[in-house]
Formats: sequence, structure tokens, C-alpha cells
Amino acid sequence: LVFTEEDKYGLYSNLLFKYFLAEGVVCGHDLFVASAKDHPDNILKELPAPLLDDTHRHELGEEATAVKSEDFQDSMKIAWRYQNLPKVEASPTTSTKFGHYYDVSKTMSPELSQSIKWHSFYLPEELSSQPKMKTCNMNSAYARLLHSIQRIIYQEGFDGSDPQKKQKTILRIGIQSLGSMLWGDDICSSDTPEDIHSLTKFLYVLRGLLRKSLSACIITVPAHLIQNKAIMERVTNLSDTVVGLESFIGSERETNPLYKDYHGLVHVHQIPRLNSLICDVSDTKDLAFRLKRKLFTIERLHLPPDLSDTVSRASKQDLAESAKLLSSGCGAMAIGKKHLDF
Amino acid sequence: QGKFTLLQDTRTDGSFLVHHFLSFYLRAGCKVCFVALLQSFSHYNIVAQKLGVSLTAAKERGQLVFLEGLKSCLDLVFGEEEEEQSGQPSPLQFMSESASNLKALFDFVRTSLTPTGSDSWQGPVLLVDDLGVLLSLGATPVAVLDFIHYCRVAVCSQLKGNVVVLVHSNEDSEDEENELVVNSLCHHSDLILWVEGLATGFCKDVHGQIKIIRRASLELTAEQDHVQIYQYKIQDKNVTFFARGLSAAVL
Repeated sequence: LVFTEEDKYGLYSNLLFKYFLAEGVVCGHDLFVASAKDHPDNILKELPAPLLDDTHRHELGEEATAVKSEDFQDSMKIAWRYQNLPKVEASPTTSTKFGHYYDVSKTMSPELSQSIKWHSFYLPEELSSQPKMKTCNMNSAYARLLHSIQRIIYQEGFDGSDPQKKQKTILRIGIQSLGSMLWGDDICSSDTPEDIHSLTKFLYVLRGLLRKSLSACIITVPAHLIQNKAIMERVTNLSDTVVGLESFIGSERETNPLYKDYHGLVHVHQIPRLNSLICDVSDTKDLAFRLKRKLFTIERLHLPPDLSDTVSRASKQDLAESAKLLSSGCGAMAIGKKHLDF
Repeated sequence: QGKFTLLQDTRTDGSFLVHHFLSFYLRAGCKVCFVALLQSFSHYNIVAQKLGVSLTAAKERGQLVFLEGLKSCLDLVFGEEEEEQSGQPSPLQFMSESASNLKALFDFVRTSLTPTGSDSWQGPVLLVDDLGVLLSLGATPVAVLDFIHYCRVAVCSQLKGNVVVLVHSNEDSEDEENELVVNSLCHHSDLILWVEGLATGFCKDVHGQIKIIRRASLELTAEQDHVQIYQYKIQDKNVTFFARGLSAAVL
């Protein structure tokens, strides 16, 4: 269960959401898209097109060779001790390829997106049709969504209950903007919401459904609107992976020279620890993302070189604070894949 | 015998302790009732196999009573009407009722740990992973504390068994209900194992530190609590503990 905290204007989390779904299409998985805001048909029309392998590998290969040739020419003279350390790579080599790359400037061709089976749940339509059902004191929109998901899982045989329907693929579930007011939940609008347990109950039942079937799910939530932080803590506890996106639009960090190459930060709050005592650890937890014209990349955050002439920078104070924020993070092991491939 | 152990973690995941206690008590031949609210049975089974114990075998010979919270919840939400009335009430029934009363859960625990005539196990053990989930599902903090109290009376005093509970806590947490439960449990525990991340931040070789607090002050002697601090590193099949600052990576 991948839980994504949306950035303020929802631009980048939407992108991540679409990447998840697009990967599903390319891998031939079934899709289930639920939203209260945009109609799922529209969401599906806007999925990014997959990049053909050869062109992209060619581009990456070019960059890599360019870097290598520069370095071999001059060996370090002053900081010669560092020469022996392995080079820090901001983006990965092409040797480990996991998933597919997508071109953000083009949309996926309809033939490709129609090639898989997909199901949708659009709240305004559902509200009018279904009869009343058992809700367990949960928000009725959430209850409907759960019943819908469970029905699809059961009908399509993802839970293995029907021996005749052997499933060879998985179901990718994407739920957009859960917890927002459009779902009938007031945790985003008031300090003391009417029912603070609806979202957590929903997540618990969803977790049960996911564990029991061949499916994976991504949920985006406008976490910055939720006033009651206790809910976010409980939600983090109930999810496998929690990723937060913080974009720099409209915040003071936009002009901070520390972040000038990037569009936002990626906070990995939790990674799954399933079926084992430990989980994958990586060296760094400071990740930032940027949206180039064609690619959305997530990279290690590195400081730009300090090339100013003045002895003290005005923003050195900010730098120190940002650096503190970056390294405190969570005591739990956090995975930071150097480049998250979608 | 008759001890209440509290596993507490702050900003990190203390579930490795749960796996340890599970395999420890099963190997010791105790009858274990495991209320597993957070993960599925197969997750615990796979980890337990790495630690040398088979949960399926334990379940078959009746040594382990496993309540898989996720599965029970699904049965409750999506179950048929007829099934509910004929069978026993679901242990997680409080989710669908408006009165948050954990009595059904307690009855489940008590019936599974009360020794039947043919049992020959060592003392009973109740293991809960983790208690905060009950709060997320709608139980009030008072109901949760009552549940733990009833369990203590039944398991520790009457049946002379042990209870081990995992909770999450955080100093600047805004989840007041959770903090209330944790604080209360801290005061009543005989042994507290408190797992935290290192104060200096993330480290690859030392995953965190564990504080072992033996509550000698609860007994009638005028002793202080006995505190020990170790650091640990989790590996695939094992967790190594060492004194502070003496990690293998440093020496």
C-alpha cells in the first residue's frame, strides 16, 4: 500500500499517480481507478507515453560517456584523497533497469491503454446508483469504494478464491485525493472532524484486501490540508510505504540557491518491511525531484558548488537549517532509490 | 511468570522484538495467543521460519492461536448475514458497533488461553501486535486500557501467564489518545523494552538503540528501576546487540 502525501497544488502527485497507472498498462496489469474529482476516463487518457528503449538508453549512454571522458583527463591535485572514492552518481547507470521510462510530453496511445482491462469508480456516478450497504460506521463513500474494490477482486479472481479463474496478472489500484472533501470526509476542513476513524478504518480494510489478493495500490492524499496530525500518524502506521512530495512552488524555497535545480523534495517516511526482519537500506535519504520537459526524475539532493566570492552567504543560515531538516528524517530505515523508475 | 512486558518503539520499527518473542515462547513450549492486527499470517510465518520456528506446525498442534486481524476484519465487513448469526461473534466486532467495547476480543483471548483438559503446555502467553491499531479502528483509549486490564487479570494473575504488547510512541506526537494509552501502560509494566532510532540520525551499521527497563520500583522493595541500554543491528536472520559505541563497524 503506497501512500503519497500530495504537494500543495497536486501537480506532481498527479504525475506520480499517472506513472503508476501507466506502468500498469505497459506491464499488462489490470487497473482500477477511483476518483471523486476527475472522471477516470479522463485520467486514463492523460497517461504518459512510454519511452522506447533504444532512444532513451542512447540519451543516458551519451551523458554517462561524456562525464567519464572529462574525469579521466584531469586527476585531482588538491583533493587527491577523494580520487579513490567511488563516484557519486546522481542518476543510475543503465545496467540496472527496473520498470519503464515515460515521456511526459506525450500521452499514451489509445490502443495501448485499451489493451488492458480496467475498472473505474467515479464517486458522483456511484452515489446515485448503489443501494445501501453495511458501513461499519464508516463514511459511506469509503464503504462504497471498498465494496466496489472487493467485488472486482472477487469477480476477476485476484484473490484466488475461485480455482477456475487463475489470474496471471495483478490489479493496480489507484485512488486519487482520498480524504478530501469530495469524498464526504471533513478531516481536511475542520480541526475536530466528525468521524476521525473513517479514513483509518478504510485503510485497514483496504490493507486486508490487498494482503489477500494479487494487487497493489497507490493512494494520494492532500495531507497538507489535514489539520489533525494524529490521523497522519495512524495512517503512516497502517501503510506499507509513505512518500511525501513537497513542491517549491509558492514557497520560500523556490528562491533558495540550494534548491535551484529542482522542483521539489521527496520525503520517504516509511518503507515496507515485509516478510523479513530488515528492509533495504540505501546511503541517502535526501531526494529531490525535477520535471524536465520530457522526464520526471528523482535524484539525490546535492548542494550546488559554493562559487560566491563573499565569505558569508546571506543564505548560509537557511542552508544550515535545510541541511538539518534533511538529515533528521526518521529513525526507521528509509530507502532512497537513486532514481525511481516508473 | 505473570509478567507484563511492554514493547515500545519511537520513530523506528520494533516489530523485530515481536518476532523474537513469538519464536522464543513457541520454542519454550508455551501456549501462545497472538493477536496480529497489523500484518498477515504469511508475513509472520516467513520471518519465523528464518528464526527456526514453523507457525503452521504450531497452529496445527494447537500451541498457537492466531488471530489475523486483517482477515477477521474482511469477514466482518464483507461477510454474509447468515454466517454472522450462526457462528461466534467476530473478535473485531467493535468496528461495526457504535459502542466501542472490546469485550468480544477479550472473550476470544480468554477462551483461547484457558487450558483444556488435554493441554500440556507451559504457561500461556498473550502477544499483541500492535495496540495502536485498535485506536485507529475506533476503540476509545479507555476501552483499550480496559481490555488490557482484563487480559492482565485473566492471563497474568489467574493463569500465571505472560503478556507482551507492542505500542508506538513519539515524544512530540500529536496523537493524544495513543500517548495516553502508552503512558498508562508504561506505569503498569514489569518490563519495558524501548526501541529508538539513534539520536544522531540514520546510520547504516547501527540501526538503533534499545533500553531495557526492569521496573523494580513496582515491587515492594525500595529499589529504583534498573535501566540498561544497548545498540543493535538487524540482519536477515538475526539481531545483534552490543554495548553503545562498540558496533562491529567501529572496532
